[in-house]
Amino acid sequence: MRNPQLNQHGELIHLLSIEGLPRPVLHHILDTAGTFLSVHEREVKKVPLLRGKSVFNLFFENSTRTRTTFEIAAKRLSADVINLDIARSSTAKGESLLDTIANLSAMHADMFVVRHGESGAPYLIAQHCAPHVHVVNAGDGRHAHPTQGLLDMYTIRHYKKDFSNLTVAIVGDIVHSRVARSDIHALTTLGVPEIRAVGPKTLATADLASMGVRVCHDMAEGIRDADVIIMLRLQNERMSGAMLPSSAEFFKNFGLTPEKLALAKPDVIVMHPGPINRGVEIESSVADGPHSVILPQVTFGIAVRMAVMSIIAGNEA
Amino acid sequence: MKILIQNGRVVDPASGRDETADIAIAGDRIVTIGRVPEGFNPDRRVDAKGWVVMPGLVDLAARLREPGHEHEGMLESELAAAAAGGVTSLVCPPDTEPALDEPGLVEMLKFRARQLSRCRLFPLGALTQGLRGEVLTEMGQLTEAGCVGFSQGELAIGDTQVLQRAMLYAATYGYPVWLRPQDPWLGKGVAASGAVATRMGLSGVPVSAETVALHTIIELMRGTGARVHLCRLSSAAGVQLVRQAKAEGLPLSCDVSINNLHLTDVDIGYFDSAMRLVPPLRQDRDRQALRQGLADGTIDALVSDHLPLSSDEKTLPFAEAVPGATGLELLLSLSIKWAQDQGLSLTQALAPITARPVAVIGEALGSLRASAGRLVEGGVADLCCFDPEVHWQATPEALRSQGKHTPFAPQSTGFALPAQVQLTLVAGTVAYERRC
Amino acid sequence: MTQLALDAEALYGQLRRQVAALAQESGDQPLGLVGIWSGGAWLAERLQADLRLGGPSGTLSITLHRDDYAERGLSTTAGTTRLPFEVEGRHIILVDDVLHTGRTIRAALNELFDFGRPSRVSLAVLVDRGGRELPIDAQCAAARLELPLSQRLSLTRDEQGRFTFAVEGR
Repeated sequence: MRNPQLNQHGELIHLLSIEGLPRPVLHHILDTAGTFLSVHEREVKKVPLLRGKSVFNLFFENSTRTRTTFEIAAKRLSADVINLDIARSSTAKGESLLDTIANLSAMHADMFVVRHGESGAPYLIAQHCAPHVHVVNAGDGRHAHPTQGLLDMYTIRHYKKDFSNLTVAIVGDIVHSRVARSDIHALTTLGVPEIRAVGPKTLATADLASMGVRVCHDMAEGIRDADVIIMLRLQNERMSGAMLPSSAEFFKNFGLTPEKLALAKPDVIVMHPGPINRGVEIESSVADGPHSVILPQVTFGIAVRMAVMSIIAGNEA
Repeated sequence: MKILIQNGRVVDPASGRDETADIAIAGDRIVTIGRVPEGFNPDRRVDAKGWVVMPGLVDLAARLREPGHEHEGMLESELAAAAAGGVTSLVCPPDTEPALDEPGLVEMLKFRARQLSRCRLFPLGALTQGLRGEVLTEMGQLTEAGCVGFSQGELAIGDTQVLQRAMLYAATYGYPVWLRPQDPWLGKGVAASGAVATRMGLSGVPVSAETVALHTIIELMRGTGARVHLCRLSSAAGVQLVRQAKAEGLPLSCDVSINNLHLTDVDIGYFDSAMRLVPPLRQDRDRQALRQGLADGTIDALVSDHLPLSSDEKTLPFAEAVPGATGLELLLSLSIKWAQDQGLSLTQALAPITARPVAVIGEALGSLRASAGRLVEGGVADLCCFDPEVHWQATPEALRSQGKHTPFAPQSTGFALPAQVQLTLVAGTVAYERRC
Repeated sequence: MTQLALDAEALYGQLRRQVAALAQESGDQPLGLVGIWSGGAWLAERLQADLRLGGPSGTLSITLHRDDYAERGLSTTAGTTRLPFEVEGRHIILVDDVLHTGRTIRAALNELFDFGRPSRVSLAVLVDRGGRELPIDAQCAAARLELPLSQRLSLTRDEQGRFTFAVEGR
């Protein structure tokens, strides 16, 4: 079955997941993002590519940060942005997902940026919306967060240049993380030879090996000689679901402290998709320290999202 | 009415018959097979040349969604779907709305089904009141009303003491208990644990959800002497446990659904909610074991696991979609396809949907026991005639059921389904006939 | 198919003279040469050196302002805009190899104005081939001629930095 993200010419018309995207497509997005990064330095920080187009932010799961970066990106492309707080609107009144989509399509939406609590929801939307409408997945359940994966790759490329000789460690709640899955797919597609998933057995599960990572349950072993460390956010639900006793114990074993950081390569970069839980995944001195590239990630994120939106909006279904 | 079915290839797994023969029917009985009685003057002749004539199919798991969906005319449409699928007897689980825990509800259901004058209905009664897993139902009265066994539907009883006592009580009277072997907590996920579920970010159902439940049920069988039918095996480990328990001589039977027999988790594709099923589709190794188990008799019967769902219930993100699929009209084709894939004979293809399911229902069939699921002179005239050369596709137009969602639809897996039902008789009356 | 031979080097010489005159006429106003990627950028680079203007010339990409985005989508990036001087208050000379419909120049003007407000903008091209679809004109053009639509003109540069024009049938 053809990947629903690509049209018959192999061009990107939706961004639903990094999985299944060929390496040249990923590089095209990263290169384009580089162009958009320079737009920030101009006096006029807008380009007219999406002028006259309507971008609807459909966030079934709340997230002010992600929604804001998409809004900024769309506005920098001169698009009209409409934010739909679905959680509080018609779906709460019982309107089905597809009815919501049909109603919005009738309002001449050109692009949906969708965040949903269930894996696979954006695929359903892409399948059922009008042919000219493009869908960007802003995070679906545990499955994918492709723009985050792309901006993480942009960050790595910016600081490390070459993917082919890197060791990347992803630490924390990988099994529940859509960011981790997108990062893993991107890293494997871009040819990173050593990817490690680090965490306790309940969060860094054995099944993850089938995605092409090495599962480690010891933090020291996991980040030894790493070029890149990606720390993931720990969610409170893990404690109530009997997967972890407490955030304190997690920090003791898997928190990133300066002592642990010393085990990695001297020029290691530390990344985090945000928001960070200081003292749970990462110690403040590391988060604010010289190895941290957490804030540049945010800037890169706007450029990457501008690149994604302008690429897909220019391709026909 | 007198009917003569001529020139058909008569296949009856119960007797081993496989030969071209005529069948003479009078009233609700088969008069003769292989010869025509002196002076038999049929009101209707059916030329079954090129067709296979078999006993009407017996489906051990088909949901008609009544009581609960009367306003949608479910009973009518789904019984018509059964007839279109060649199914002449079906067992329906008690998980209706309300659950079948009162004799009045069972009687009403059987009455309404008889009015529609088609398929024979054998309801399972609820094992506990409201299927809540706390208080036992009046199994005696429910049996008198027509229940052939007792079940919890899809729900598992977490309280092992209640389960043990329910089995012990049922065992007193020899009532069979039909149970889904799935642990209620380990079974909470939406797709089978494994590489596919991990990659897709879907919560997993490990094999242990089935094996832990099987171990519990088998152990309780030893202590209570209950007769148990296991509904819907899904794993190789599960098949092996059943094999061992049967070798021990425990009164255990089990079935597998058409879905798990043919599909694996890879078929989920891009979150196709047609694949949202319970039990979940497991890996190829499990499929192989299920196919082998059905062939060697470890698994007694093949069922449709029919559940007619609307688009509102299915066209949702994977985890939110209601699990289940339509199946009554695919049971015959998929049994034949399985046998073809395994290199088995037509008799072997048809046994798990005729004689073997009848053995599972057992004594509860009463006088029908001698002739249901088989073709025997003097027995009930429940027959299915099909054309083995025709292939068809499970498009919405091809299905009579209101449930159009099936994993075998062209846009999902696109199987070409072998064998198309041409004529179905129940008690000597035409229940379904294909118009050309 | 007739082949038109254009001596790019000779044309460059002519252009250089014209741009030098324009620069002189500009007087005290600060000047900036900006070449449109890719042919224009090569020309601007050489002009910058030959006219001894000091510092590097600017490069401009029209990717973000093209008017055919709806039909063609976003192309694999054709260069990035790099302006090593302030646009504000400067006389900008846009340099390109071929002036045809005028749409590239329109996009270039929009891109340029995203960086600031120049005091004046002039256009210098190697060849003005006619076929204008917008009211755009070049202040300096080494050659003005009409070419049929079926012929495509493209500038190439060898390792020694010498220019040649290739005329291809479409």
